[in-house]
Amino acid sequence: MNALSINNLYKTYTNGFEALKGIDLEVKQGDFFALLGANGAGKSTAIGIISSLVNASSGTVKIFGYDVNKQRDLAKSCLGLVPQEINFNQFDTAKNIVLNQAGYYGIPRKLALQRTETCLKQVDLWDKRDTASRRLSGGMKRRVMIARAMVHAPKLLILDEPTAGVDIEIRRSMWEMMKEVNKQGTTIILTTHYLEEAESLCRNIAIIDNGKIIEHSDMASLLTRLHVDYFVLDLGQSVTNPILTGYEVKQISDKVLEVGVPKERNLNDLFTQLSAANIHVVSMKNKSNRLEQLFINLIDNKNAREL
Amino acid sequence: MSVLIAFNTIVRKELYRFIRIWPQTLLPPAITTALYFLIFGKLIGDRIGTIHGVSYMDYIVPGIILMSVITHSYANVVSSFYSTKFQRNIEELLVAPVPNWVILAGYISGGILRGVLVGVVVAIISLFFTPLIIQNLAMAIAVVFLTATLFALAGFINAILAESFDDISIIPNFILTPLSYLGGVFYSVDMLPQIWQHISLGNPILYMVNAFRFSVIGVSDVDISLAFLMTGGFIVVLTVFALWLLHRGTGIKT
Repeated sequence: MNALSINNLYKTYTNGFEALKGIDLEVKQGDFFALLGANGAGKSTAIGIISSLVNASSGTVKIFGYDVNKQRDLAKSCLGLVPQEINFNQFDTAKNIVLNQAGYYGIPRKLALQRTETCLKQVDLWDKRDTASRRLSGGMKRRVMIARAMVHAPKLLILDEPTAGVDIEIRRSMWEMMKEVNKQGTTIILTTHYLEEAESLCRNIAIIDNGKIIEHSDMASLLTRLHVDYFVLDLGQSVTNPILTGYEVKQISDKVLEVGVPKERNLNDLFTQLSAANIHVVSMKNKSNRLEQLFINLIDNKNAREL
Repeated sequence: MSVLIAFNTIVRKELYRFIRIWPQTLLPPAITTALYFLIFGKLIGDRIGTIHGVSYMDYIVPGIILMSVITHSYANVVSSFYSTKFQRNIEELLVAPVPNWVILAGYISGGILRGVLVGVVVAIISLFFTPLIIQNLAMAIAVVFLTATLFALAGFINAILAESFDDISIIPNFILTPLSYLGGVFYSVDMLPQIWQHISLGNPILYMVNAFRFSVIGVSDVDISLAFLMTGGFIVVLTVFALWLLHRGTGIKT
């Protein structure tokens, strides 16, 4: 069963801006799905329509088979949303924010109190339950929103840049939590600008650009389409335009090279050539993560086709 | 059942909000109306004498109570719902399976509760100046309830349509307050020249103030059944309009 089915979805804002130009998307139940796109590509509009915050111009959206227009309450009860921006009452306590949300979903108070405790403990905020939310750090506020979105145990959880502005330690703990939630059966749709996050967490992916889905496949097969991996080499001595046959070489500085390694070649061969040229490599790192490279390639290719 | 839980949650949240900020919501009307009773009722009222056979203090008490109910039921909803819009926590309600009528009923109930609570506070203050003997308690409760409902609805519509904090102060400052003062709170329309009597009859607040005054002291400038009819009619019209705005997502959805 599909957790989410989007069919021919259009959105044109009143100022004439076409945010979505007929997108189709399917997310399977239990999936951990990445929805990626540059700023302004249409991700937030799509999420807004899925979560009933934005009115679609045309097209259909179904959550676990329920049409968000025709069976709105049933569709909504399956969905939990962690929005991009902080959108709770900053004067309320973390506990009240989560508890009230449970009430909006019709959860009886006694059960709502239990679930609030469970969710706040899950995001490690139970100790801060009575603190006014405006006094919480940015990372804590994001975790309050995650707890709030999970309090009614949604079958589909949409996380719109949940780790933006969160330090790496908390981000990693949030990844673990998201993995655990997904493992327990909740379908997750994640949008993020940290592509390593999407690469390490998500099994399937869609890339949206300029209001259209330009890629929709599983992560593994998408990454195999990356033909070249780029590495940055720190050298022990200065070199000038070394020739490495079969590799793209770009001189960054006199002691730093950027080398593109095609998929059909390997690093052993590269190091053989470097040793033969008497070039000593001190350290090596990926120029960018693989998905990031692929993302840039896809956007660039699409832009080139349009020119 | 789940709808009732959602409704209770909104009402509880609203109640908690205005009780938490009682120095802004409950204390000012107590002080302001105490000053009204002291200056208008006691100092000036003693020189005015009686209106329709009752002392000036007794005459203005119902009007001041109802004026407080009007102001605070309106203010509660307009400020609360606009803040909810402004901080975007309206999205908490929009993503949840809460029907529009429950959102409306929840906020209106919050406005009614604050209006009634302020009305009770003002009534208690008035006891320091004059004994308050209500002649028709059922009618008094009905008028307060209907008036608070009407102005809470008006506040809700104002909040939906408002695009800035300025927009939520324009109607209270430039329409509501003048209509309240010109609605016979401090005088009988019989005291006005003929032309102003006719103009005053176009002010809906005049009918509500007089209906409440009639329930308290048995004196009115207008037909009471017309007052109830008018208030009920406005409530129906504003409810339909507010639900239509919510259905369209005006001001809360893009």
